[in-house]
Amino acid sequence: MTIVACDRVSLAYEKHLVLSDLSFTVSEGDYLSVIGENGTGKSTLLKGMLGLLTPVSGKLTLGIRPNQIGYLPQQKVTQRNFPASVEEIVLSGRLNQKGWHPFFNKNDKQIAEQAMERLGILDLKKRCYRELSGGQQQRVLLARALCSASKLLLLDEPTAGLDRAVTEEFYHLIEALNQEGLTVVMVTHDIPAALQYSDHILSLEQNQVFFGTRAEYEGGDRG
Amino acid sequence: MILEMLSYPFIQRALIAGLLISLCAALLGVSLVLKRYAMIGDGLSHVGFGALAVATAVGLSPLWFTIPVVIVAAVLLLRLNETNAIRGDGAIAVLSTGSLALGVMVVSLTSGMNTDVTNYLFGSILAMSREDLMLSIVLGTVCFLLFLLCYHRIFGVTFDETFARATGVRAGVYNLLLAVLTAITVVLGMRMMGALLISACMIFPALTAMRVCKTFRGVTILAVILSLLSFLIGLTLSYFFAVPTGAGIVLVSVGFFILFSGIGALRK
Repeated sequence: MTIVACDRVSLAYEKHLVLSDLSFTVSEGDYLSVIGENGTGKSTLLKGMLGLLTPVSGKLTLGIRPNQIGYLPQQKVTQRNFPASVEEIVLSGRLNQKGWHPFFNKNDKQIAEQAMERLGILDLKKRCYRELSGGQQQRVLLARALCSASKLLLLDEPTAGLDRAVTEEFYHLIEALNQEGLTVVMVTHDIPAALQYSDHILSLEQNQVFFGTRAEYEGGDRG
Repeated sequence: MILEMLSYPFIQRALIAGLLISLCAALLGVSLVLKRYAMIGDGLSHVGFGALAVATAVGLSPLWFTIPVVIVAAVLLLRLNETNAIRGDGAIAVLSTGSLALGVMVVSLTSGMNTDVTNYLFGSILAMSREDLMLSIVLGTVCFLLFLLCYHRIFGVTFDETFARATGVRAGVYNLLLAVLTAITVVLGMRMMGALLISACMIFPALTAMRVCKTFRGVTILAVILSLLSFLIGLTLSYFFAVPTGAGIVLVSVGFFILFSGIGALRK
C-alpha cells in the first residue's frame, strides 16, 4: 500500500520556492530518511506531508487518513520550561482521534500508558516535563507521536541535541517501531545513521536530488 | 463588619462580577503567559481605554461599543503575531500607545480631564451598573464553559501549536477564541480594575502558580484560586481602608507572587 505519493511537487516557504518537481513514494512499512544540508527543504517537505503547506504545483497524496499520522517536531526552546506532566503531554497525542468529544476516556488513557511503557517512561508519568533530561523529553514527545500514529511516523531531526549514547538508543527504538509495521519518514542531518537504519533515502542536495533504496544510494547511483 | 460591607448593592455587584472576571482572567492568563502573549492583555486594555473614551464622548453604550472594538484589535494583534509582518511586541506598542493617546485626546476635547478619566485608568467599583453585571455574568459563564469544553485542545495548542495543527486540531480557531475571550475579559475587568491594571489580573495568577506547580492542570487550578483570593482580599481592603480596588488587588497579587517564588525556591 502506498502511504505517501509525491508527484512532481513544488513547495514554497514564505513565498520562496524551496523544493521543485520532487517525486517519490513511500510504501507501507518503509523507513525513509530525508537527508540534505540546511535550507534544502527537508522540514518544508514534512510540513507538506502533514498538510500544513499546500504544494504550489504537483500532487502530494496520502494513502491514509491525516489522523493516522504521528509527528515528532523539532523541540522549541519555549517548551523546555513548560509546566506540564509527562502524562498530560503524551495524552495530548490522542487529540486527533477525538473529533468533537471534549474529554479523554479510559481507552485514550490506556493507549497513552502503553506508549509510555513502550518507550520506558511510564515511571516518569507524574513528573514535570521541564525537570527531565533532553533524552527523556524527546521520548515523551515520541510517546505523544505514537499516540496519534497508527500508520505513519514523521520525525524531524529526532536526535538533535542528544548525546551519542542517547542518540543510539533512540535510533534503536525507532527501528523497533518500524519492524512492528509502522512506516517511518525521518528528516536528519545524521547521514551515517540514515544509512545504517533506513531502507530508503531521499537526498535533497542542491541540484542533485536522489531517491531510491539504501543499496542504490550506496552503490553510487546518485543523480 | 463583613456583613455590613455585603449589604451594599454596589459591593454585591462588584463581588459577583469581579469573581467571574477574575476566574476568566486566570484561565486565559495561563495560556497567554505560556504562549508568550502576556503583553496582549496589556495592549488590549489600552485599546479599551481609547474606545471607552470615544464611546462616552459620542454617547454610545460603553460596553456595546468597546467590546467589538477590542475584539477587532485582539484579532488584529494575533494576525500580526502569526504573519510576523511587524514583530509582535512592536505591533502591541503601536496599537496600545496610539489608542491611549486617542483616548486622552478625545476626553480632553469633550468633558476635559476629570474623574471619569481617573476611573477609566484606575478603575472604580462604583462603575459597575446593573447592565455591566448582567453582561459579566453571561460572558463569564460563556468563557468558563468554553474553557472547560476546550481544555484539552487549549492545552495542545498552548504546548505545541505545530503538533496540534499537524494532528488536525484547528489551532487558528483556538487562538481566535483565546483572543476574543481575552478581549471581552479585558473590557469587563477594565471598569473595575482600571485600564492600566487589568492585565495584571491575567498575568500574575499564572506566573505565581508556575512557581510551584508541575502540571498544566495544577497551574490552571492554582491560578484560579489565587486570582479569586487576590480579588476578595483586594476588594475587602479597598472597602475598609478606602483605597482603590484595582491597585489593592494587584498589590495582593504581587504579595502572592513573592510568597510563592520563595516557596518554589525553597523546594529546589
